[in-house]
Amino acid sequence: MNKAVILVGGPSRATRFRPLSMNMPQPLFPVGGKPIIWHQVNKISSVPGIKEIILLGVFEEHVFQSFLDQCSIEYPNISFKYLREYTLLGTAGGLFHFRDVIKRGNPTNIFLLYTDICSSFPLTELLEKHEQTKSMGTIMVKKVPKSNHSKFGYVVADSNKDMALHYVEKPETYISDLVSTGVYVFSPKIFDLMADIIEQRSAEINSLSKKAFREDFEETPDFLRLEQDILQHMASNKQLGIYITTGFWRQIKSAASAVPANEEYLKHAKSSGSNLIAKETRDGPTIIGAVYIHPSATIDPTAKIGPNVSIQARANIGAGVRVKNAIILDNVNISDNAVVINSIVGWNSKLWPWARVEGSPCTDQNENTVAYPDASAFSICILGQDTHVRNEVFVRSCIVLPYKEISSDQHNLILM
Amino acid sequence: MKALILVGGFGTRLRPLTLTLPKPLVEFANKPMILHQIEALVKVGVKDVVLAVNYKPEVMVSVLKKYEEKFGITITFSVEEEPLGTAGPLALARDILGKDDSPFFVLNADVTCEYPFAEMLAFHNDHKGEGTILATKVEEPSKYGVIVVHEGSSMIKCFVEKPQEFVGNRINAGIYVFNPSVLKRIELRPTSIETEVFPQVALEKQLFMFDLNGYWMDVGQPRDFLSGSALYLSYIAKSQPQLLASPADYDFVHGGNVLVHPSAKIGANCKIGPNVTIGPNVVVGDGVRLSHCVILEGATIKSHAFVRNSIVGWHSSVGAWSRLDGTTVLGDDVHVSDEVYVNGASVLPHKSISSNVTEPKIVM
Repeated sequence: MNKAVILVGGPSRATRFRPLSMNMPQPLFPVGGKPIIWHQVNKISSVPGIKEIILLGVFEEHVFQSFLDQCSIEYPNISFKYLREYTLLGTAGGLFHFRDVIKRGNPTNIFLLYTDICSSFPLTELLEKHEQTKSMGTIMVKKVPKSNHSKFGYVVADSNKDMALHYVEKPETYISDLVSTGVYVFSPKIFDLMADIIEQRSAEINSLSKKAFREDFEETPDFLRLEQDILQHMASNKQLGIYITTGFWRQIKSAASAVPANEEYLKHAKSSGSNLIAKETRDGPTIIGAVYIHPSATIDPTAKIGPNVSIQARANIGAGVRVKNAIILDNVNISDNAVVINSIVGWNSKLWPWARVEGSPCTDQNENTVAYPDASAFSICILGQDTHVRNEVFVRSCIVLPYKEISSDQHNLILM
Repeated sequence: MKALILVGGFGTRLRPLTLTLPKPLVEFANKPMILHQIEALVKVGVKDVVLAVNYKPEVMVSVLKKYEEKFGITITFSVEEEPLGTAGPLALARDILGKDDSPFFVLNADVTCEYPFAEMLAFHNDHKGEGTILATKVEEPSKYGVIVVHEGSSMIKCFVEKPQEFVGNRINAGIYVFNPSVLKRIELRPTSIETEVFPQVALEKQLFMFDLNGYWMDVGQPRDFLSGSALYLSYIAKSQPQLLASPADYDFVHGGNVLVHPSAKIGANCKIGPNVTIGPNVVVGDGVRLSHCVILEGATIKSHAFVRNSIVGWHSSVGAWSRLDGTTVLGDDVHVSDEVYVNGASVLPHKSISSNVTEPKIVM
């Protein structure tokens, strides 16, 4: 029997996802027509032997209730659970705190996934590699260009690319081109390792405090970081296997990064023949490439949509509208002849006739940019909830906070 | 009656349009700029028109030949070997301008206004001085040479260049009437009429000012070409409204001042105006928004495009869902791809633009 734990984080971690996280917790934000976390649940569900999926985070319980209810209907053979952390114990500390719940039923393998990533999640392949190397845990890694160091956690592999020799978080210099994807599979023995480490740590802390050092020492022995405290230890003790994925993978940190994630999932859905992908019909709009259109959205047949567009529930797209590389959220109204390119249009927003909302394409350099005052750093244009863009107005590469009316052209600004 | 039109050089300020046509032939409100002036001159009985140019006017010769026949006038090119300024060309054309005693007009080719030639001539004959300057009122006289008159008269006292203190708000509008006697004052060399000739004539109390009513604009560069077009369309709306597209006849007209050539085709659900000139054989697709712009002959504006404060050159095309703004000027045969934003670009002829131009620049 196998289980999976998804680390969903909490509201404080999601500030980077503003202004979209002002309305919705990041894990539930839709990319490729489905919540970010759904893509993970969906992939986990196809791993043989999966019986339970646990969400672990600091959001209030009700936040994920309706999502989990829907999952229970969609995946009737899997049980779903939300575990709420009340004290911040670190990424591994939270797992250890709930070890009894997670170990219940004696799972053979426990998958662990961060929620702020977008990937093809080749979990079955990860599991095969894990069973082959018989490690305590196996980390999914992705080869990245050498110039990218310091953004991620890096794994140094042995010559067979089977086992990790070393793990380092955000190094200042180049050390490896294999980055941690935030996807793992562990044996339940990991909890024994965590217990050992906690014991060692409390002995250390006790001896320190006896010597009256560091009276304000904030860390409790239970505070465990998965990367620095556990993975580093496992790597240096040859307990961490590696699986190199060749599928797509990227982080979903800033709100802007939802656009490339949307693109990845839509392309993936299209190539796998998913029925989420809109098909062009004789009396429907022109569809280009991979597009998701919610069944309740209405789109004028003279509109041109795609590639890489998601249109969510009850959105209304007028005559002669062009939407490209964008996410249109629920209840958005786009009037005739308006243009939306490289953008996210927030819930209930309205674009008046001939309005234009356009960002520049997301590149690896700018996708994780969090609203810097330096205007040149902006890429994707993001309209928060209830934004009104008046007739003929052009909003270019701006981030607009909710409930704004924009009646003159704007570019490269945060509109408070 | 005689007239001299100061055409001057290539009109580099109006590039990229003047890379294709000499400035006098660039269409202003669907008519070559110089034709507006020639028609107004013909109306007051001018028979001899001299065009002062300092380049070889080959392209213009054949076009102006037609006007000679059409209006029964003689058009002479006075070609300067070196630029002679604003006065030198008068000396060069001395034979024509001084062939009889009747006064003659001098016009700067870049100036558009209502051309009150008849009134100006009557005024000139009345005051019996040697010259009359057309004067227009401006909001910021500190940027110009301001005319100062003798108190209680229209006789010019002097000129104050870029006055720091307010001395008046009337400036030289670039249109004059002279008696042939003025030619005696001008030598055949590069000379400025404003600074070398007028002060002396004024000193002798021989120079008078005639107030222009209505609009005036020097349309020598793109921004002013657009403003001047708007002023001209407003004037037409009052004087000859039948020439403009009426909102009563066409749903697409928005805000008025829309001049559409009869051969142009306009698609469905467009919103056009105010201040739009659409030239011959232009094709405008569906759902297009045009305002404050000039679309020259044979251009194509594809569906859902947006053009504002821009000039689209001859036979150019603007792609579907593209947006031109910020005094963009497309030269002849320029092609803008679908969905592209072009802000303040000057695009030389025969170029294609397939990605956004967000800041003003010249596309070579």
